[in-house]
Amino acid sequence: MKTLEMQKKFEKVMEIIEKNGANPARLIPILQEIQDEYRYLPEEIMDFTATCLKIPPARVYGVATFYSHFALAPKGKYIIKVCDGTACHVKRSEALIDAIRKKLKLTQAKNTTDDMLFTLETVSCLGACGLAPVVVINEDIYGQMTADKITEVLGNIIKKEGENNADN
Amino acid sequence: MDNTNVLIDGRDVRCEGEKNLLEIIRKSGIELPTFCYHSELSVYGACRLCMVEVEGRGLQPACSTIPEPGMKIKTNTEEIRNMRKIIVELLLANGNHDCVTCRKSEHCQLQTLSRRLGIKEVRFKKKAAEKPVDDSAYSIVRDPSKCVLCGDCVRMCAEVQGIGAIDFAFRGSKCEVVPSFGKDLNKVECVNCGQCARVCPTGALVIKSEVESVWKDIHNPEKTVIAQIAPAVRVALGEEFGLKSGEAVTGRIVAALKMMGFDKVYDTSFTADLTVIEEGNEFIERAGKGEKLPQFTSCCPGWVKFAEQYYPEYLPNLSSCKSPQQMFGSVARDTLPKMLNIRQQDLSVVSIMPCTAKKFEAKRPEFIKGNIPDVDHVLTTRELARMIGECGIDFKNLTPESFDMPLGYKTGAGVIFGNSGGVTEAVLRYVAEKATGTALEGYEFKTARGEDGIRELSVELNGRTYNLAIVHGLMNARKMLENVKKGGKKYDLVEVMACPGGCIGGAGQPCYKESDIRKDRTKGIYENDKMQQLHKSQENPYIKELYENHGFNDHKKAHELLHTAYKNRKRTDSEGILVCGGKTPDALKIEVCFGTGCFIRGSQDMMKKIVAHLEANGLKDKTEVRATFCFERCDRGPVVRVGKKVIEKGDLEAVIKEIESKLKAAV
Repeated sequence: MKTLEMQKKFEKVMEIIEKNGANPARLIPILQEIQDEYRYLPEEIMDFTATCLKIPPARVYGVATFYSHFALAPKGKYIIKVCDGTACHVKRSEALIDAIRKKLKLTQAKNTTDDMLFTLETVSCLGACGLAPVVVINEDIYGQMTADKITEVLGNIIKKEGENNADN
Repeated sequence: MDNTNVLIDGRDVRCEGEKNLLEIIRKSGIELPTFCYHSELSVYGACRLCMVEVEGRGLQPACSTIPEPGMKIKTNTEEIRNMRKIIVELLLANGNHDCVTCRKSEHCQLQTLSRRLGIKEVRFKKKAAEKPVDDSAYSIVRDPSKCVLCGDCVRMCAEVQGIGAIDFAFRGSKCEVVPSFGKDLNKVECVNCGQCARVCPTGALVIKSEVESVWKDIHNPEKTVIAQIAPAVRVALGEEFGLKSGEAVTGRIVAALKMMGFDKVYDTSFTADLTVIEEGNEFIERAGKGEKLPQFTSCCPGWVKFAEQYYPEYLPNLSSCKSPQQMFGSVARDTLPKMLNIRQQDLSVVSIMPCTAKKFEAKRPEFIKGNIPDVDHVLTTRELARMIGECGIDFKNLTPESFDMPLGYKTGAGVIFGNSGGVTEAVLRYVAEKATGTALEGYEFKTARGEDGIRELSVELNGRTYNLAIVHGLMNARKMLENVKKGGKKYDLVEVMACPGGCIGGAGQPCYKESDIRKDRTKGIYENDKMQQLHKSQENPYIKELYENHGFNDHKKAHELLHTAYKNRKRTDSEGILVCGGKTPDALKIEVCFGTGCFIRGSQDMMKKIVAHLEANGLKDKTEVRATFCFERCDRGPVVRVGKKVIEKGDLEAVIKEIESKLKAAV
């Protein structure tokens, strides 16, 4: 991370804590906002948050590990959520997971790509069963996916990112 | 049926304001099984072992059901019996419960329950992976494979001690009780009080044993092994051998230790007498000058670490006196080699303590000179019981023997140190005479005695009123300190003990669940005081001799041997947050404190200015800037540390000057 970015992020953390009145009852929203900044919850930031909120760090760690939404390791720029709820499962969501893993060279143990571009997650239900099987990438929803279609979507993102980097 | 009664298994039982069904059922003489219920802690309702059938409501957890008159309760139906068995079987399958090699064997509630319920086999497949044991700390060993997730330790640490060093993490089948971020116990804010291990129903949290290293010294012919016994041990050890709680077994302990091979057996109460004199003089001096008040006691190592971590601004208020254990160590090292005609390195000092934090205290670097620690080994009451058991000594029927002199002679004042309020009373017995110059009538200060977690008393001496407080349990210490901080309370002397009840309730003592046992021990200590010939530390002839004939009248020597200093202590070993630079390992470290105090005083602005300066002068690659907390100099913030130098009060110029001189020196 670049210096300026580190400094800015840290200032943002201070701002988030201040905005929430350093209120321990607002621990979850504070952690959510911090995760939006860092894309995960760095240990030293959680430690810092605990001190600001005057609660034990073990409590913050407990909350951060309880909810699957919180990540303790850095996540990719694009978070791919494959729905594996009942409807999507019977519509072969597993095939989508296999296809994504194949395309991005991921495994069950390794769910973030080395270039930190993608993280693959499964969720129990997105509440969009009518579109099954569903994949959500960051804020975008892709319904009635097939292995080929999702591979194409990923290909487009990779291409776009490559162009962006070339432009810079 | 009377309308204030409930019906338990067909028998009428009167409701007498019990908080829950469990208490009323236990009162009626039925010992319902539980893991997660502790009368000292909040109700958790997780283990489901106390389920009972309430007519019209079905199965209910007794611990979290409020009694209502007319309730019809069954505690022993086929359904309940089967359910209990399944719960215990599932717990047995989920972890490593190898009783024969477990330290908690015989005191384990899981073991007791499976025996009580007649479990002959575990029908479930064992969960395979064992989790690593954490033996990083000096006082406590954590074995997560034996944990049943009852949460007693978590609630003890947070609710009674106000710390929260361990907590639940992860969820479902991955749920665990761990220190923050899964760190080792010695890397977090644990104060080693061991109360978690006292309430742990299984062997997941146990006291670290030093039994083997003590045997090694005993078996070494070169070594002269001496013991010191803390006051609280004598009224509790008997419990391990079927004697009544509170019964003093002092003479039998001496006899047992001699049989085991200890060369000399002395009494920590002797140095407790010495502590009274030193701490009393310190108090008289401070009260006279009106400075560093309130004076806080410093005998309890759990409390000392707590203060170092959370209330560094009050460290100057802590009595500089070492604890009786450490005073004994330094007095023994100073006088015994000459007296017994042995070499310093051949003297092995073993303390027998009711306390697990004493193990940590003995290892503090300020109590180790050269390579020789003042106290070599610390055994808890329970470890001593195990050693006695290992030797096969029939403890109950031993003929009592007496302590060795001179370090075995004490007054009653040295004995009552074991109770909450004891240190205060002992100091009062001295200070009252010293201040007024006249002998006291009687010796007891009954107002210092009691059960409450925070007690206040006033004493009038020479026309001046002194306000005192006595606190036990660190959560109460926190409450008291916050009150003092806000200026709401003005005390002159405050006694703090980390464990409920004081040392007699220490985690090294035989495990107890009912507070009655604690009361028996407290009573036992006061009875023991009455049995002594003398009751005031200043009357102890050997203490007088120590001052007059062993050079302790010399202020410098006394200060060196009997006093100590405290230091700010970080709660965790976190390195802080990297904000800028840090590209090379030898970069100059600049740390800006972002603790609450510094933050209010503008550490954010300070950080910006420092980074701007480094950027403008192209120094970013040679430095590493971190946001950290807390240097615990909160009253002088914002605090910046450049290399090893601490700069207070947000002095930006001084910071820049220091950075430049350090970088110049590096070139």
